[in-house]
Amino acid sequence: MNVELGVSDYSDLSKGAITMSSSNCKRRITGAVAALGATLVSMAAAANPVPWQMNLDKGVTPISHQIWNLHMAALWVCVALGILVFGAMFISIVRFRRSKGAVAETWSHNTLLELGWTIVPVLILAGLATPATILTREMYNATDAQMTVKVTGYQWLWRYDYISYDGKPVTKVPTIYSRLAWDSNTARQLDSGVSPWSVVDKQTGFHDYLLDVTHPLVIPAGVKVRFLITADDVIHGWWVPDFAAKRDAIPGIMNDAWAKVDKPGLYRGQCYVLCGQDHSAMPIVVKVLPKDQFNAWLAEQQNAATLDKAARTAQAAPQKSAPAKG
Amino acid sequence: MSSTAQAIHHEEHHQSFFERWVMSTNHKDIGTLYLSFSFLMLFVGGSFAMLIRGELFEPGLQLIQPYFFNELTSMHGLVMIFGVIMPSFVGLANWMIPMQIGAPDMALPRLNNLSFWILPFAFVLLLSTFFMPGGAPAAGWTMYPPLVLQGGESIAFMIFAIHLMGISSILGSINIIATILNLRAPGMDLLKMPMFCWSWLITSFLVIAVMPVLAGAVTMMLFDRFFGTNFFNAAAGGDPVMYQHVFWFFGHPEVYIMILPAFGIISEIVPTFSRKPLFGYKAMVYAIACIAFLSFIVWSHHMFTVGLPLGAEVFFMFSTMLIAVPTGVKIFNWVTTMWKGSLSFEPPMLWAIAFIVLFSIGGFSGVMMALVPADFQYNQTYFIVAHFHYVLVGGALFSIIGAVYYWLPKWSGHMYSNFWSKLHFWSSAISVNVLFFPQHFLGLAGMPRRIPDYNVAFADWNMVSSIGGFWFGATQLIFVGVVIHCVFFSKQKATSRVWEHAYGLEWTLPSPAPHHSFTVPPVIDDSQLAHGDISH
Repeated sequence: MNVELGVSDYSDLSKGAITMSSSNCKRRITGAVAALGATLVSMAAAANPVPWQMNLDKGVTPISHQIWNLHMAALWVCVALGILVFGAMFISIVRFRRSKGAVAETWSHNTLLELGWTIVPVLILAGLATPATILTREMYNATDAQMTVKVTGYQWLWRYDYISYDGKPVTKVPTIYSRLAWDSNTARQLDSGVSPWSVVDKQTGFHDYLLDVTHPLVIPAGVKVRFLITADDVIHGWWVPDFAAKRDAIPGIMNDAWAKVDKPGLYRGQCYVLCGQDHSAMPIVVKVLPKDQFNAWLAEQQNAATLDKAARTAQAAPQKSAPAKG
Repeated sequence: MSSTAQAIHHEEHHQSFFERWVMSTNHKDIGTLYLSFSFLMLFVGGSFAMLIRGELFEPGLQLIQPYFFNELTSMHGLVMIFGVIMPSFVGLANWMIPMQIGAPDMALPRLNNLSFWILPFAFVLLLSTFFMPGGAPAAGWTMYPPLVLQGGESIAFMIFAIHLMGISSILGSINIIATILNLRAPGMDLLKMPMFCWSWLITSFLVIAVMPVLAGAVTMMLFDRFFGTNFFNAAAGGDPVMYQHVFWFFGHPEVYIMILPAFGIISEIVPTFSRKPLFGYKAMVYAIACIAFLSFIVWSHHMFTVGLPLGAEVFFMFSTMLIAVPTGVKIFNWVTTMWKGSLSFEPPMLWAIAFIVLFSIGGFSGVMMALVPADFQYNQTYFIVAHFHYVLVGGALFSIIGAVYYWLPKWSGHMYSNFWSKLHFWSSAISVNVLFFPQHFLGLAGMPRRIPDYNVAFADWNMVSSIGGFWFGATQLIFVGVVIHCVFFSKQKATSRVWEHAYGLEWTLPSPAPHHSFTVPPVIDDSQLAHGDISH
């Protein structure tokens, strides 16, 4: 597993991609589906964007809840100020019209008033900035994470490497390459003739066009997970709105974000930094499993990887001695 | 008007077309050139916007390939910023500043000619990139490396075009500063100047301070792309984030370069149609100066998610929120100017009122975005797109259109159609909200910006926004009709004052303003100035 910071070569990536299309991939999906069968039904509760949505989702982490509260507080402050300012304008427009015989007064100063509307806004802003500062500190505190996942952005897919879990390094779990799901990829081509509305997640009925991937990142519920975020070609952005975990993925720089998700489910996001022609086609899907199921899933992965490696070694050995064909 | 001036005026009538418009050193002619050029560019940049909204009308790709979409969004931004908003403000400055301070012309007339004529060449270079192998630059108007470096050879043309635009606006700004500081008529003290002159004096210093910074950033990019340097290449020890710091050190003052002259314009229009002096003239001047200073220390609020250290996040949050205070003062002062006035609602006033409302909405979302944790959920979504279009279309563009309706009778000597100009206003004011307000919702629902295709959950608001877009775009064709009719066909003569309560030196000149004005400095009568006596 490559845990080094910086620019790894493309052969690594293509090797991984080939691995993914091999039997290992199928086995992993079968395993995961078997382990998940029961819980999938209850995942429908996960927040996805809905038609005509007008506001932020509250999300599913303590941080996302607090951000939502801050957002609403700021919004209401703005609404109140808007009512004040636009209300005064509206009254002026209605009452002080020349067509109604209004005569203009000549004053153009009022020191008290001017002091007032300089000082009061400062106090209001301080009232917003204080909780925002406290919350920012909290968002920056990724200490005591029980799990670390490295996230790497490529044009145009995400790569996930498990680094550590429960204080131990994670070995043998294969890298996950997470690219746009094939049904979305077919539908998104210019003049494809496939309606984006026909792309549906069969379990939940959610129209997951451009929001579904081949292999989601899987993490345990109730565990503080630290994401180490970087990129290998251009700048990308890793963001799951429901987690309020968001950082630019920048080549040569390792950013970190964290999330502690208590509610199992399927959470979706998108790359948010322009990264070339398929910027709209590199979604992020995170599957949060109850801790015991996650542990089982992880063991399954490690097992499968060991078997797969053994199989490949066995396959490769006779080929070595056999003469090259054609 | 002295006899010498009349003689010169007479002589100018015999200039050939080429001499008058290409070799011109006359501030009014150059102002007209600037305004005509930016008017043309408005429709070039606008046509890109129509294609963008056309593709976003429905989910799925129907019209264009994603890469071409990225070319369009990048060029839309560059054309609208450098080709529309900035040159039209310079055009207004050229026309109005000498007439407002009692000067015969700009201080450096030949430089003025040069600073305009650089622009058409810069935009031929920039727009020609569409026809080059590999297409136009497609990394957004912010041109972030490493993505921009993946572009074709055309990025060299983009960089050279940006250098030229920078030179043009620096020369224009030098000229404005020289004119305001040296050519004011005797008695026109700095603190008696119209707010428009004040706003441009301060804006000019911003331009001179930051355009070289942009030039530096794009030059490093040029070297990285063609000469093997690695300023922004992480694999060789460079830093892509450094580009963003340098770019936004230019980019944030640039935002104020595009809005401070608008503040000046609104501060001219509102008192005229309220028939009441501008409330808190000095506070308005200080507020602009304060905003200009603060604009240098807030740049990283564009970069809250790049992984800044905690201390930097908090600092830039505080400094950004601080800007809301002088900006609030300006808005409160405009509203208080209207309070207990005697209001009438000619077209310029309608645009000014719409400006105050729309700019305030853009300011409100700006305050929300200043809060670091909240910005993590807004960053690079359509919420941001809604925000900056409220301040740049509802703000800057509306003020420019208001200024044209305010001074066009002075320029052309004719009144424009009341009916069509009001139709233009109401249609624009409604459609601009249909266009941009739903984009707040899209952003909050999680739709990233700069994408040609999206999940079906975002379909409804996108369709509403696109309908508003086509409506707003089509409405601007009325503007073309109103202006052409007014300049060439209108029979209704404008008086020299034009508006009942318009004060300032420009209104003491006949309409249309003679080709050469104030060849002899006017005798300043404080009662004829908008801010002649500020002691009361």
